[in-house]
Amino acid sequence: MSNLILLNKIAKAVVDLNDKEVKELVEEALKIGVNPIEIIEEGLSKGLKEVGLLYEKGEYYIPHLMIAAEIFKENIEKLKPFLSTKETKSKTLGKVLIGTVKGDLHDLGKNLVAIMLSINGFEVIDLGKDVPTELFIEKIKEHNPDVLGLSALMSTTMYEQKNIIKALEDSGLRSKVKVIVGGAPVTKEWAEEIGADGYAENAIEAVKIVKNLLKKND
Amino acid sequence: MNKFDFSNIKSKLQLLTKEDIEKIHSSAIKILEKTGIMFDNKEALKIFNENGFEVNFEKKIVKINEEAIKEAIIKAPSKIIIYDRNGKEALFLEENNVYYNPGSAAINILDIETNNIRKPTSKDLEKFSILVDSLSYIHAQSTALIVSDVPKIISDRYRLYIILKNAIKPIITGAFTIDGLHDMIRMLNVVTDGKVHEKPIAIFDVCPSPPLMWSEITSQNLIDCARYMVPAEIVPMPLSGATSPVTLAGTIVQHTAEALSGVVLSQIVNPKAPIIYGGSPAIFDMRYGTTPMGAIETIMIDCSYSLIGKYYGLPTHAYLGLSDSKIVDIQAGFESTIGIILGALTGINVISGPGMIDFESCQSMEKLVIDNEVCGMALRLIKGMNVTEDTLAIELIEKIGPGGQFLTSKHTLEWFKKELFIPSGIIDRLERKAWIEKNQKDCIQRAKEIVRKILEENKPKRLEPEKEEELNRIIKNSIKRYEDK
Repeated sequence: MSNLILLNKIAKAVVDLNDKEVKELVEEALKIGVNPIEIIEEGLSKGLKEVGLLYEKGEYYIPHLMIAAEIFKENIEKLKPFLSTKETKSKTLGKVLIGTVKGDLHDLGKNLVAIMLSINGFEVIDLGKDVPTELFIEKIKEHNPDVLGLSALMSTTMYEQKNIIKALEDSGLRSKVKVIVGGAPVTKEWAEEIGADGYAENAIEAVKIVKNLLKKND
Repeated sequence: MNKFDFSNIKSKLQLLTKEDIEKIHSSAIKILEKTGIMFDNKEALKIFNENGFEVNFEKKIVKINEEAIKEAIIKAPSKIIIYDRNGKEALFLEENNVYYNPGSAAINILDIETNNIRKPTSKDLEKFSILVDSLSYIHAQSTALIVSDVPKIISDRYRLYIILKNAIKPIITGAFTIDGLHDMIRMLNVVTDGKVHEKPIAIFDVCPSPPLMWSEITSQNLIDCARYMVPAEIVPMPLSGATSPVTLAGTIVQHTAEALSGVVLSQIVNPKAPIIYGGSPAIFDMRYGTTPMGAIETIMIDCSYSLIGKYYGLPTHAYLGLSDSKIVDIQAGFESTIGIILGALTGINVISGPGMIDFESCQSMEKLVIDNEVCGMALRLIKGMNVTEDTLAIELIEKIGPGGQFLTSKHTLEWFKKELFIPSGIIDRLERKAWIEKNQKDCIQRAKEIVRKILEENKPKRLEPEKEEELNRIIKNSIKRYEDK
């Protein structure tokens, strides 16, 4: 089988959400010496992008997106040992650190945003839910992300978003990272009030906002 | 009401059979026994531990056995009376009594003049509470708007403050913070002369976080409500397919487990603490990732878990009468109507939701006035058919005989107000010519006019000055507390 056919098969298996087949095909590709970067770009990412398109067309639904993203993530993990960090870095549109703020146990919306960002070629570091301010600060220092995404579902916890932005200012990190906020009670006005750089209503919007923010950065 | 008794269920609409209820009940127990539920709150874990429950402090998981659940349900009161601000009995939460109140905690209001949404202010909530007080079929207030002109951190108590100052009807509310609840109880004690535990005038919503979790704040709110003997409404909000199984039955099982865990905690903190079996579940829209409150399946889940609450002999609550439409239009009308009617047929005691559009995020005064009318119709519907000798009216029919008329008979005069729901100006029943002469207004235009008229004619029902002074002091103190921090 030529490499191209094999890579197309991987992409198709991702679109079909056939995790078993993706896994087998990726293993086969590695075995015959296909460049892991190519497996990601021409196989997994291509498939994931197609899933995103199908979603936008209304043919796929959120569960399809989530399952495809999971297949994608799993296989990337498997390929990571074969990649040099330099290679991965140049291939992403940017790095996004994301998490649900302290006191908030909801992470559905945040997960969707993370998935849409990965589908669109960003490297996403997800800190999960109930994330204390100190951990956000620590991880920003460690990963040096381009964008920080803060999610809050409850009107009580959205206050935390403000605290985190303040903590960024206090630790001199504010100018190094763009901050986007989201969650059910969060509004454009709130984002402005607390000095965030962007706000998105939903996961698709979030991708546009992040792309825009990084354009301005250049 | 008896506990664990199918004869409690006299609902006209029964989406679950006796066997379904048994299966759901035993499945929920299995989950609480085997998997347990997480309480992200040290005090809750301590309370469970001290009362002999299996607690994993590291994972914050409590396992609750069947016996404890049974005991809690038996202890919890079957009937809760909620009073109004004047100390008069207002809501009798038991059996199939149905009471409506507006949807709560909207972050937006649909501006009646501009038709745009905007952030609500304290003034909006004041107007809203005056409107609610004057609507016949909206039986309770709710802290319906999150006001934007006070610091967010005190907005939970500030909402209650505004309503207590201006309106009489009982209140459905909730705290956003741990100490917010204590301040709110202080305020309620001012208004009830220190009798909030005997004559409650407010119900507090406490919401678990699906799946199978309680946050630090809501666990504490639940514990504190039980200590104060203030009615708490447990509001689990599983989302089918997202934070609960996509199947309706699976979602109801999870809802049951989450609600029962709350009942157990409240009853071990304080036996007989008033607890309402509520919820705000929804399905999850697989296309947009939204949580439609007007979806028929959302309404089906509500009408089903309420039957489980009835089986347990507990007062029930649900979020119905909301719409996902962004404006007040036909969608807003039909989605809300389906919920209002089916909720009434199920006999849910507290139905929260009228006025709300845009899922659970925007209140509309004109929609509230329209929904009020639907609530009136629903209440007429559940009053049912009255078939007696007098209403059958055989003698009358024979007396009037062929070709006669009934308009001038005493029987008509005596019965028409009892039998017929008399609509307000919301509903148009004019003949076309008269309607054309009357400016050809549609329902929404009529609703706006009614809102304006009610707000013009009704003044706030102010609290006694000394009590108001005391409320001011509590609010000022809580602002000061945060400033000092």
